[in-house]
Amino acid sequence: MVESVDLVQMQTGQSGVLAFVEGGKGVTCKLDALGIRPGSSVTKISHALGRGPVVLRVNGTDVALGFGMAKKIRVCVSRNGGGKP
Amino acid sequence: MRVLLVGNPNVGKSVIFSRLTGIQVVVSNYPGSTVEFKQGFFKIDEAKCEIVDVPGVYSLEATNEAEEVAVRMLEKGDVVICVMDATRLERGLPLALQLLERRKPMLVALNIYDEALHRGIHLDVEALESILGVPVVPTVAVTGEGIKELVSRIPRARVPAVPEVAAEERWQRIGQIVASVQTITHRHHSLRERLEDFSIHPVGGILLAALIIAAAFVFVRTLGEGLIEYGVEPLFEDLYKPVLLRLGDALGDGTLLHEILIGKRIDGDINFVESFGLLSTGLFVPLGMVLPYILSFYLVLGFLEDSGYLPRLAVLVDGLMHRVGLHGYAMIPTILGIGCNVPGILATRILESRRERFIACTLISIGVPCAALHAMIFGLVGERGVQFVLIVYGTLFLVWVSLGLFLNALVKGFAPELFIEIPPYRRPLPSVVLKKLWMRLKGFLKEAVPIVLLGVLLVNLLHVAGAFNTVARVCAPIVSRLLGLPQDAVVALVIGFLRKDVAVGMLVPLNLTDKQMVVGSVVLAMFFPCIATFVVMMRELGWRDMLKSVVVMVCFSILVGTALNGLWPA
Repeated sequence: MVESVDLVQMQTGQSGVLAFVEGGKGVTCKLDALGIRPGSSVTKISHALGRGPVVLRVNGTDVALGFGMAKKIRVCVSRNGGGKP
Repeated sequence: MRVLLVGNPNVGKSVIFSRLTGIQVVVSNYPGSTVEFKQGFFKIDEAKCEIVDVPGVYSLEATNEAEEVAVRMLEKGDVVICVMDATRLERGLPLALQLLERRKPMLVALNIYDEALHRGIHLDVEALESILGVPVVPTVAVTGEGIKELVSRIPRARVPAVPEVAAEERWQRIGQIVASVQTITHRHHSLRERLEDFSIHPVGGILLAALIIAAAFVFVRTLGEGLIEYGVEPLFEDLYKPVLLRLGDALGDGTLLHEILIGKRIDGDINFVESFGLLSTGLFVPLGMVLPYILSFYLVLGFLEDSGYLPRLAVLVDGLMHRVGLHGYAMIPTILGIGCNVPGILATRILESRRERFIACTLISIGVPCAALHAMIFGLVGERGVQFVLIVYGTLFLVWVSLGLFLNALVKGFAPELFIEIPPYRRPLPSVVLKKLWMRLKGFLKEAVPIVLLGVLLVNLLHVAGAFNTVARVCAPIVSRLLGLPQDAVVALVIGFLRKDVAVGMLVPLNLTDKQMVVGSVVLAMFFPCIATFVVMMRELGWRDMLKSVVVMVCFSILVGTALNGLWPA
C-alpha cells in the first residue's frame, strides 16, 4: 500500500518517489535545480536530532535540507517499505 | 577572446582555472569555495585569451545572487567551457542544456573523470559528444590530465541547434541522455560510503565531530608549540639575538634609533616580547609566535577542506546555528575566521540573506579570534596557567552564543534554511594541500608582517611624541574604573586596530595581574576588528551595517570586560 508522507515523517533508510513540493516558485526552483522534483526517486539518509536538517540521496548525490524545507516535500512510500530500496 | 568556466558548485572549475593560468587559487572540496569571479590569461597557439572562473551555479534561472552574477557574465563571454562532474552526470546536465540554449559556442570538460572510472561509472564520451553537439573532453584537473586536450579543442567550440524547451521536456531529455551514455558497474557499499553516512548520523556523527575537532585542536597546538620550541625560538634566541645585541651596542643604548629598531633593553638584554623595537618584537611576534600557529592551523584546515568533511559538520550544527539566526553552512565562514577573519568575512557570501551575513560577520569579528590572536593568547596568557586560557575562550564562546541569540531576536528579516549538496569524501592530495598552505603562508607574510612592523613603528613614534598620555587620560574612566586595567592598556587597545597580536604583546610589559591579563585579552579580542577585517567588512556589509556592527562590538566588549572584572573572585 502506498501512502504520502513528508520528508520529516519519512524513515531513515526509506526510499520513495517524490510526489510534490508545497511552496512558492523560489523554493521549487531551488529544489528543481538539484533534481529534487516530482517523479524523482529519493532515499532518506539521515535526520539530525530535533528540528535538524534531513539528508536526502537523489540521483546519487546527497543533499541536506533544512527542517522547514523538508516539511514541505511530500514523498510516496510503500507502507511497509522500510530499509533498503 | 574571453572564455568562461561555468558549472555546478564543487566540480573543479577553480582547479582548471589554476591549471590554465598558473594563477594559484584556494580550492577545496565543498560547494561555494569560490565566492568571487577570478580572471586570468592563458594562450592558445600564441594567442592570448582571457579566462573567467565563474562561481558555481545549478541553473541559469537566477534565483540567487551567484546565479545572477553567472547569467550576467555569460553575456560577456565568447566561449563557454561547461565543467561537469563525471561522477554526477545527472546533476550537471540541466545546467549544460540551459547553457546550450543560450547559443554560445561551448565545449564540455568532464572533470573528476578518474573518480568516475574508479567508482564503476562508465561514460560513452563520443555518444555524449554527438548528443550534445559540442566537444566533450574528459579531464582530471587536480593532476592536469586532459587539460591540454581541452585547450586544443577550445577553437572547436560550437553552437549546436538546440531549441529552447520547457523544464519538463528538458528533464525528460536528461533522463534519455543519462540512459544512453552512462553504464554503472559494481555498486557495492564501500567503506567510504559507510563513513559518509556515519558522519551525518544524529548521534554517531556528533561523537565523530567532537573527536575530529579535539584531534585537530591537539594537532594544531602540538605542532605550533613544537615549531616554536624546537624551531623558531632557538633561531631567534641563539642566532639572531647576538647579532641584534651587537647592532644595538653599535647604535648606542638609549639613542632614538636604538629605541625604534631594537627597543628597550631589559636588564641590559633584549626581550623579544617586551623590548618593542622594529627588529626585535616587530619580527618576533609575526615570525616567532604567530607564524608557527598559522602554519599548523592551515595545514589541518587544508586537510579538512579537501576531505569534504566541512559540509557534514554544517549539517550537524544546523540546529545550534538556527538559534543564533544562522544556518549550518555559516559554520564554514566561522571556521575560516579562526585562521584569519578576512577570508571568514568574505566566505559569508555563501549565505543568502543580508540578515545572515550581518549576523555572521558580527559574530566572527567579535567572538572568533584569528590564528594570530590564538597564538598570543596561548603563548602569553597560557604561561600564567591553562585555567586562564580556558576563561578567555569560555567567555568568548558565551559571548558568541548570547550575542547570536540577541541578534537573532533583534535583527529583522527572513531566516533561510540550510540547502546544500554534500560532496563525497575524497582523499586530500598532499601536493594540493601543501600548495594551498604555501599560498596562505605567503599571504600572511606579505600582508600581516608589514602591518605588524607599521604598528610597532607607530607605537614608538607616538611614544616619543608623548601622544599616548592624552589618549590614555581621556579613556581612563572606562579603562581603569570599568575594566580595571591600568591607563597604559589604552595604548594596546588603540594598536589593536592595526594588529591584535601586537596589541596583546603590548600588555606584557604592563605587569598585569592574572585578572587584568584575562580581561585585557578578552576585550582586545572583542573590541574592534583589526584594520584588514574592518576594510573587508565595510566592503561586504556597507558602511551603515558596518557601523551598527561596530557599535555592537564596542558596547558588548565593554559590558563583558566590566562583568569579568566585577565577577572575578578576589
